[in-house]
Amino acid sequence: MTNATVHMEAQLHAPVHGAVATAAVHAKGQQHPIKLYLAVWGWLFVLSTCSYLVDYFGLHGYLRWSLILLFMILKAGLIVAVFMHMAWERLALAYAILLPPIAVLVFVSIMVLESEYTHFLRVLFFANPS
Amino acid sequence: MAETVLTNPGQSPARLEGWRGIAADWASDQRAFKNVSWGKAMMWIFLLSDTFIFSCFLLSYMTARMSTTVPWPNPSEVFALNIAGNHIPLILIAIMTFVLISSSGTMAMAVNFGYRRDRVRTAILMLVTAAFGATFVGMQAFEWTKLIMEGVRPWGNPWGAPQFGASFFMITGFHGTHVTIGVIFLIAIARKVFRGDFDVERRGFFTSRRGYYEIVEITGLYWHFVDLVWVFIFAFFYLW
Repeated sequence: MTNATVHMEAQLHAPVHGAVATAAVHAKGQQHPIKLYLAVWGWLFVLSTCSYLVDYFGLHGYLRWSLILLFMILKAGLIVAVFMHMAWERLALAYAILLPPIAVLVFVSIMVLESEYTHFLRVLFFANPS
Repeated sequence: MAETVLTNPGQSPARLEGWRGIAADWASDQRAFKNVSWGKAMMWIFLLSDTFIFSCFLLSYMTARMSTTVPWPNPSEVFALNIAGNHIPLILIAIMTFVLISSSGTMAMAVNFGYRRDRVRTAILMLVTAAFGATFVGMQAFEWTKLIMEGVRPWGNPWGAPQFGASFFMITGFHGTHVTIGVIFLIAIARKVFRGDFDVERRGFFTSRRGYYEIVEITGLYWHFVDLVWVFIFAFFYLW
């Protein structure tokens, strides 16, 4: 009885959702003006040049690291948002894909603590006395 | 139960936006990604899993570099080249970055022309993208050869911390593999586009399903992801 109900429900649901999805996808697709792609393309070149120049001019310390991270995040954001069309997807998909990588940042902080501890032990016990 | 279904014959209710939209989409007991085909959703989920793989590589590199007491080799010097008598730091990597960004641009244009059902332009742009990708892999082979000739091994190198070689070969090797697979993927789909498979909705050889131009966008997602990973490798491995 329950099996039959579930099966029937599935059959009733399937065409509805199939139709919704294919209609939405094939009617529009992801169509955006070419000008937008060219602008983003240009910006990616500019940002890459900037991050290369950070190395070319040999900047050091916090200025170097903050500039590298800034250009990296801007480039990654442009690629994901425009080239991969994430800016136009529904939030359910965007959050499903973009939130889990935050776990990586937690992992980073754990490993920073761990490697500082390892470094401390190495300095304490193994570093060459020279 | 059947009654609740039948009272709602085929029309989907208006979709909510914002946080309520997320809750409604995920809680609907049907499908979470309302207007995204399974092919695109699965490519995104695959890319998410790949994100974790590359994150683990970069994390292990970070851990090795932070915990070593031996100085890390200076990538600016290691990857410098002498061009026409000038010693230019990191120039090969910069050129590789520009090649990959160019390929991302041509890929984005290919997706655009694909949805305009412009068969020939889509195929040509995809092949140009594949050519950029192959150029990138070629330059990477050159870079590997140069470093191996200079004595870099996964267990040591002439300039400093021995973990440098292991991190370098793992990270760039895995990324290069992704680029190579991407080139093959691009050529395979470009062939289908050029043959007009998606205009006549010809059934696929393996899947027996009809193809749509959306596959160009899905291929593009993979390709842009490869570029995206390079953005992080460039920042953390080469520039840091």
